[in-house]
Amino acid sequence: MLLERLRGGPLLAEWWDLRDIGNAVGGFLQRIEEWGAPDWVPYVVSGLIGILGILLWLLASQIVFIWIERRAIALMQNRLGPNRVGPMGLLQPIADSLKLFLKEAITTRDSDRLLFWVAPVAIFTPAMVVFAVVPFSEGMVLADLNVGVLFLIAVAALNTMAVFMAGWSSNNKYALLGAMRTVAMLISYELIQVLALLGVVLFAGSMRLSDVVGWQSGFNTWLIFLQPLPALAYLIAGAVEINRSPMDIAEAESEIVAGYHTEYSGIKFGFFYAAEYFAGFAISAVAVSLYLGGWTAWGLEQWVPGWLLFLAKLYLVFSIFIWTRGTLPRLRIDQLMAFAWKFLLPMSLLNVVVVGGEVLIWREMDLSAGVALPVIGAVNAAMAVALVVGWGRMLGHGRPERRAQRALLTTEVGANFYGKAAPGA
Amino acid sequence: MDDAGAIAAFWILASLTVGSALMVVVVRNLIHAVVLLILSFLGVAGLYVTLSADFVAVAQVLIYAGAISVLILFAIMLTPQAGRDNAETLLRLPMLLLAVVVGFTIGLVSLETDWSIADRGGFEETASAIGEALLSKYVLPFEMASVLLLVSMIGAIVLVRSEGFSEEE
Amino acid sequence: MSVGLEHYLVVGAVLFATGLYLTLAKRNFVGVLMGIELMFNAANLTFVSFSRFVESAAPLSGHVFVVFVITVAAAEAAIALALAVLVYRTHGTIDVDRINLLKW
Repeated sequence: MLLERLRGGPLLAEWWDLRDIGNAVGGFLQRIEEWGAPDWVPYVVSGLIGILGILLWLLASQIVFIWIERRAIALMQNRLGPNRVGPMGLLQPIADSLKLFLKEAITTRDSDRLLFWVAPVAIFTPAMVVFAVVPFSEGMVLADLNVGVLFLIAVAALNTMAVFMAGWSSNNKYALLGAMRTVAMLISYELIQVLALLGVVLFAGSMRLSDVVGWQSGFNTWLIFLQPLPALAYLIAGAVEINRSPMDIAEAESEIVAGYHTEYSGIKFGFFYAAEYFAGFAISAVAVSLYLGGWTAWGLEQWVPGWLLFLAKLYLVFSIFIWTRGTLPRLRIDQLMAFAWKFLLPMSLLNVVVVGGEVLIWREMDLSAGVALPVIGAVNAAMAVALVVGWGRMLGHGRPERRAQRALLTTEVGANFYGKAAPGA
Repeated sequence: MDDAGAIAAFWILASLTVGSALMVVVVRNLIHAVVLLILSFLGVAGLYVTLSADFVAVAQVLIYAGAISVLILFAIMLTPQAGRDNAETLLRLPMLLLAVVVGFTIGLVSLETDWSIADRGGFEETASAIGEALLSKYVLPFEMASVLLLVSMIGAIVLVRSEGFSEEE
Repeated sequence: MSVGLEHYLVVGAVLFATGLYLTLAKRNFVGVLMGIELMFNAANLTFVSFSRFVESAAPLSGHVFVVFVITVAAAEAAIALALAVLVYRTHGTIDVDRINLLKW
């Protein structure tokens, strides 16, 4: 009865149409304007709706994916996983988050109180802000910046500081070690990310994320087919950025307890935990937008709401991270750094040069997209295979003498704690 | 820039920038000083946004707040036995006077000069225009900047290369 | 009340003075470096605000300048911090008062 009345009303008629949330919000804002509100009200309201929507979606996805991840990894490792709270352990994430809320947030005596408090917030913010420029569907984007791709990288760079603040303020050698490892890793893999995304920007000719998605749907292709190597490099760099296994040396339990959040407990730890998931979703969202066609899928978006397609792809990409966590062993830090600097960096640089040449030839010779794109895709795929195999052979097995014997930076920095002489220095 | 939002944004960001820059001077702990410095950099980035300089703002966040501050942190961590305090030298008072005089002069000049203000409004989009300018009109400085970066990278590596590494080779 | 060029220039002036004081008066070399970075920022802010407000044939030149300044600042920071680490290795301190090899 109530629903009938509401559906006839002006508001719900549009909200009910699940196909396009963006339009519904737009209609709602227009209505506000018609009510005679000043200019800034729709502006603020749209921002609030977007932020709240994204936050709620993130929290819901996180709660679901905590369960999925724990169960899936348990299956992969021949365990049972959480199965006591609720049917099939479904309520386990809720119990976990309740526990995190209720537990005491301990601040150790010798910690730097201010930074210790600021760090969880500082790490939470960049993970959220990334979603401002991600187009969930046509028009469903909070701030369609024309420097979107650069913005993503810039925001991710802020993570380094937050991690460092957490590790340093804890006044704990494991925390500091974890923080220094993370900082070194993030800086190295940031370069890879920039170079990987540069290929996308070269193709699309714009740094606006919705333009990149539009380019992909316009040419009816996904950039992962044109850019297989950078897509892989981006995913690897993303896994490093969110500390996912096999790149989770920053919080390797068997080596340095829990890395930079060793001393955190209660809700402050919850912030780190949530931020890690949010950053994972952010990486997946960016990968989907830039490499997997965003909310388009060869005409399927006419039948299915775009944001559903987007979310499906996002969860698929995120599942890859879960899968790698379940199957791959952890790398050593020197292996990880060498992989970035000796393997991914030269290949990404080469890729930028090749893509630039290809786009130039495509434009100058005025080829039709139907001819140029398959050729470019084939060339790049062949190049990816050749480079991975050839470069790997040149660097890797067969020449064990070339492998790094020790991680110089970490041993030096690791020997440094608060005013005391470094042992052996 | 007359609407209330832009004015509020300016005052908030300006006080953030200047306030945290002054705190860098006052604060005793070097790590806190770096964090405040980053806050100041972010404030400047916000001011760039209010000036409709989107590309420069993002570059500011990426390079200053993301890279240079981390470099500074590494420098602090790699010099463990040096003091972690942020104290002044003996020249403190004369330098304070000098800085105040310089700042006052610049401020006075910028207030008193009759700038030829153009009422042109903000830029629509700067990234592509900057890119075109860099690769056409400013292509020589652009190349020189890249050479400079290469030189400084090699220089930094050569400077701090530890002895242990060359022995192993 | 509106915000104009002068507001930004005054912010730049204060930032510059702060950076100058840090550079000249701080004992720790890293503090000196932070002052230099602040001065770079003040100059950049001034460039961008001129580029936004002042009459010019090519208003975006200011932005291009800022891009170059940021590049040079990054290079300078890398070299300066390498020097800091080097000085620390040879002298055991980066206190600018006690680095006095050039005195005599």
